[in-house]
Amino acid sequence: MKMGNGRIRTAVFFGAAVLLLAGITLAGFLLSREAMVTDFSRKDLAPGLPYLFGTDWLGRDMLARALTGLSMSIRLGLLAAGISSLIALGLGIASATMGRAVDSVITFIIDLVMGIPHILLLILISYACGKGFQGVVIGVSLTHWTSLARLIRGEVLQLRETGYVKMAEKLGMSRFHIAWKHMFPHLFPQFLVGLILLFPHAILHEASITFLGFGLSPEQPAIGIILSESMKYLAMGKWWLAVFPGLLLVLTVVLFDTAGESLRKLLNPGSTHD
Amino acid sequence: MVLEAKHISFRYGKESRQILEDFSFRMTQEERLGLIAPSGFGKTTFCKILAGYEKPDAGEILLEGRPLSSFGRYCPVQMIWQHPEQVVNPRLKMRKVLEEGDGVEPRIIEELGIEPDWLNRYPGELSGGELQRFCIARALGERTRFLLADEISTMLDLITQSQIWSFLIQEVERRGIGLLAVSHSRPLLERVCTRVWDLEE
Repeated sequence: MKMGNGRIRTAVFFGAAVLLLAGITLAGFLLSREAMVTDFSRKDLAPGLPYLFGTDWLGRDMLARALTGLSMSIRLGLLAAGISSLIALGLGIASATMGRAVDSVITFIIDLVMGIPHILLLILISYACGKGFQGVVIGVSLTHWTSLARLIRGEVLQLRETGYVKMAEKLGMSRFHIAWKHMFPHLFPQFLVGLILLFPHAILHEASITFLGFGLSPEQPAIGIILSESMKYLAMGKWWLAVFPGLLLVLTVVLFDTAGESLRKLLNPGSTHD
Repeated sequence: MVLEAKHISFRYGKESRQILEDFSFRMTQEERLGLIAPSGFGKTTFCKILAGYEKPDAGEILLEGRPLSSFGRYCPVQMIWQHPEQVVNPRLKMRKVLEEGDGVEPRIIEELGIEPDWLNRYPGELSGGELQRFCIARALGERTRFLLADEISTMLDLITQSQIWSFLIQEVERRGIGLLAVSHSRPLLERVCTRVWDLEE
């Protein structure tokens, strides 16, 4: 049986991805107490019925820990991606509208930030800001805005040269009218898709710097912490400590990517041909 | 009212070729002036300068002896472009496009043969000829004193062309709007205009 047309299927994909992500976030939130409970009577259990993801060397439920970690990652990713995209929006628009001097300064900063490897800059900023939740959010926010800023700058520059914007100026329309009626409808889909596609980056980078020890503190059940701790136990055959949380992380990233891509197809059907 | 261009020189950027050199021009509000010139002469550029889209490197554009910029935000010299699809925002419905005009009278919309149903469509859902009618209506706002028609009918069929031109002649005559028509077709300009100025000679 054929299931609707492509557009409806894409919308269903998008809805499902968003629902699943919301589910993970909520579940992690509700399980955060459960994730901290240690019980030596159930330590080192392989994945099985009561504990689907098994338990670790302190008898903690790995499913609860993985979900809590991911939930934290998602919330952190939302915050960091939100801040990052606002920086991108502000600098992108400023760069395109405030004259040549401002443009070259901002373009230089974009090239500078892009030129330094993400992870290095992230570690530096996060470390300088005192690590922890705050350090990671600031670090991720300050390193991920560049490509979106460049996209928005290009888009605004292009829009300013279009016939309809020039025509609107000659028809006496205000700058606000032009920005709102002529530019916003073109920028918004780009911005939204850019924002959503920032999440997976933010989450992966959060996990990596936490894994390397420059991110969240060890007592928090973050996905990076879980993965780095499990390294010690992998050699002892406790594969489930790393495999399931890792798979869940990959799943989350894929879901965000699916959501972003399907939103792009919905808002801007022409982009599928690019 | 008189629209004048005095000793205009213009080129795009420093590297490119000189398009207009010490070019002068004058027309009155009662006139319908036809302009013929070879391809690449700079007819469109000249229209853009007259309507204030481009600034000349030297010389000035005067309307009633005053520079265009002194007339406030609405430019009394309006230009109709050759390609209507470039000057309407693809994400706005035609109703909104028309609203940007300076209080375009419903009479004009009706006389141009714009059907009420078209107002609820997006530009992509209209043909070139239908779009061009909207662009003409939009340029005929209350404060428009001069109208520059840059090859506005090249891509239209003959019936549409004659509809649009006979409407324009009637309209500019009634309101005392000066019309500058640019075209490659001498017979068309001789039919439409009170004076034809051939730059090919």
